[in-house]
Amino acid sequence: MSESSRWLAALWRPFSQTRRAETFTAYALILPALIGFSLFYALPTIRALELSFTDWNMMRPPKFIGFDNYVKLWHDGRFWNGMKLSLYYVLLNIPLQTAIGLFLAVAMDRLTRSIFVRSVVLLPYLLSNVLVALIWLWMLDPLLGVVNHLITSLGLDRQAFLGSPNQALATVAGINIWRHMGLVAMLFLAGLQNIPRNLYEAAMVEGATEWQMFRHITLPLLRPVMVFVLVTSVTGSFQIFDTIAVTTAGGPQDSTNVIVYYIITNAFSFNKMGYASAMSMVLAAVMVLYTLIQMRVMRASDSDLA
Amino acid sequence: MKRTTLWVALGLASSFGTAQAVEVKYMLWDANQLPAYQQCATDFQAKNPDITIKITQAGWNDYWTAITTGFVSGTAPDVFTNHLAKYPEFAKNEQLVDLAPMIARDKLDAGAYEAGLYEVWGRDGKQYGLPKDWDTIAFIVNMDMAKQAGVSLDDLNNMDWNPKDGGSFEKVVRKLSVDEAGNNATSDKFDKSKVKTFGFQTPGGGGMMGQTEWSYFAVSDGWKFHDKVWDNNYYYDDPKLVETISYLAGLPDKGISAPYEQTKSLGPDAMFVGGKVAMIPQGSWMISYFKDNAKFPTAWVPLPKGPSGKRATMFNGLADSIWVGSKVQDQAWQWVKYLGSADCQSVVAAKGVVFPAIKGMADKAMATQKAAGVDSSAFITMSKEQTFLAPIGDNGSQVDDIIKTAFESIYIGKADAAATLKDANANAKVNELGK
Repeated sequence: MSESSRWLAALWRPFSQTRRAETFTAYALILPALIGFSLFYALPTIRALELSFTDWNMMRPPKFIGFDNYVKLWHDGRFWNGMKLSLYYVLLNIPLQTAIGLFLAVAMDRLTRSIFVRSVVLLPYLLSNVLVALIWLWMLDPLLGVVNHLITSLGLDRQAFLGSPNQALATVAGINIWRHMGLVAMLFLAGLQNIPRNLYEAAMVEGATEWQMFRHITLPLLRPVMVFVLVTSVTGSFQIFDTIAVTTAGGPQDSTNVIVYYIITNAFSFNKMGYASAMSMVLAAVMVLYTLIQMRVMRASDSDLA
Repeated sequence: MKRTTLWVALGLASSFGTAQAVEVKYMLWDANQLPAYQQCATDFQAKNPDITIKITQAGWNDYWTAITTGFVSGTAPDVFTNHLAKYPEFAKNEQLVDLAPMIARDKLDAGAYEAGLYEVWGRDGKQYGLPKDWDTIAFIVNMDMAKQAGVSLDDLNNMDWNPKDGGSFEKVVRKLSVDEAGNNATSDKFDKSKVKTFGFQTPGGGGMMGQTEWSYFAVSDGWKFHDKVWDNNYYYDDPKLVETISYLAGLPDKGISAPYEQTKSLGPDAMFVGGKVAMIPQGSWMISYFKDNAKFPTAWVPLPKGPSGKRATMFNGLADSIWVGSKVQDQAWQWVKYLGSADCQSVVAAKGVVFPAIKGMADKAMATQKAAGVDSSAFITMSKEQTFLAPIGDNGSQVDDIIKTAFESIYIGKADAAATLKDANANAKVNELGK
């Protein structure tokens, strides 16, 4: 029996009085989130699904056109280019961000309990996305920015960063790694502190090296946290928009015209709300599929500690 | 600060107004112009105690999103400042009130505005906006750098340009381009890999209008966007434009402009203020920006004469439009009429932020700027040379996107200008764009 059917069966199992009371409390606690979810996610999604079958420029009533928008996006090179760029972005962004976050977490766990250090690590994440993007836009400016000033004073060539079609996407990824690594580190740190210390003590008695302990104790026991980090950061990263809107506006030469930016351009610049909705639906489907696969592969709900 | 003042002013105005006053919502994007129009609103309310004007200002991008989503939600402003690149689509989708009947009824004189400003806001006998201001393009020069380079104001005022050798324009630009060793670009010793200050910087590609980027060079070479407004058969593949763009794209290779990929982020305005470039093109709406931000003596000079023997500039203007969904269209029209009247435009002129649309008022704006220490006569000079209008056609935002991407390929990707523009022009003509 699959996990989901077991879960469904559990739901219909006759409850004892206390179980009923508990269930009531549980739903009451979920309710605020559920209202928010329905109002701001579920309803707009249903509406967008509806719109994805229409031709709508926001100024005239929507016209039903069946699957035309979906057929169109299948043949739209810029849609696939956007999907491809978003995927590249995830590959540029996630491995490094996760690795740095994990390294920082392990280092903090081993070396310090200082609140100050943790605050500093988390600081970039506390700044607004737009602010972070603006700070880096100025710092990375080829002619006026401090980064190129350092590069050229070392006798190296000036780098265009956000202005170059070859570097722009990687630069955006770099900016967001800087912003997010602190948060990832905090999540891992919380996970690390759940790992019983006696496991390490036992390992040390057996003469395990630091790397062996990391590989065979820390990493496996961090799996639930790892799944959470990967699912949320990959879906978030695939939907990168804000940094690009501030720094490159999809350019140069479409090199950062990632899928969400392309969708927004269609919706609010070209006034093609129906087409934009259809693309959003495809994107959402891809994300759901990814999440299911990820949960399956990583056996997210099982913990090795249980 | 400006906003606070506005809200206080509005608060006072509304508390003194009569309880039955009808509210007309007005929106604009340029924060610099807000004080002038707030003054107009105050004057208007004094004359029309039954109408209250509520002004909202939002930055360019948010502005257009707010307007279009407002059409759907029913919250769009009754009156809003409109732009030539945006209004055709609104008009086509019947979102704008045709002002022609009211103009005829109230016997407004379209001839009161500077030539062409009224006409560009009309199509097939309908009128979608009443002109409020105009702008032209000129160069702004860092006069400290000009002095050091031995370039006089007279030299700058009398430049000519051609796409073959750049004419006296390029000679001036070469003198203004200086490397780290102090050699300028007229010298053989000039090291173009170590340029300290560049002579000239265009903002690069630009979209379909190329208003501050390339349109004035191309038109002074005998090029045109299309035969008439609303004609979607553009000439972006014309050899005249190809040679102009090839010339401009080649400036960084000579070391007299920075490579486009290095200027894309912050743009020439920041470079100019930061002392990295001696001369840049800009529009008259930026006069006060440079007055406030450039910490060195500057001069506005007319654009160079092209092979046609004339200087050329886009002559662009904003107008106020009324939304069809407005429930107070009569009051909205009173406000639009007032915005386009001599009463309001003289207030705008006195603030010196933009040149008003009514004939003769520009001199007043120039006098204000002169008193503030800025000689803006170059823009007036340009308005009397060969002026051309912005290209107006359907699906502007998509055509703009196509042309922008094509220019980026030429400037950054070093793509062949003729082939790239041929493709772009073909794509821009496609009738499928709107679908």
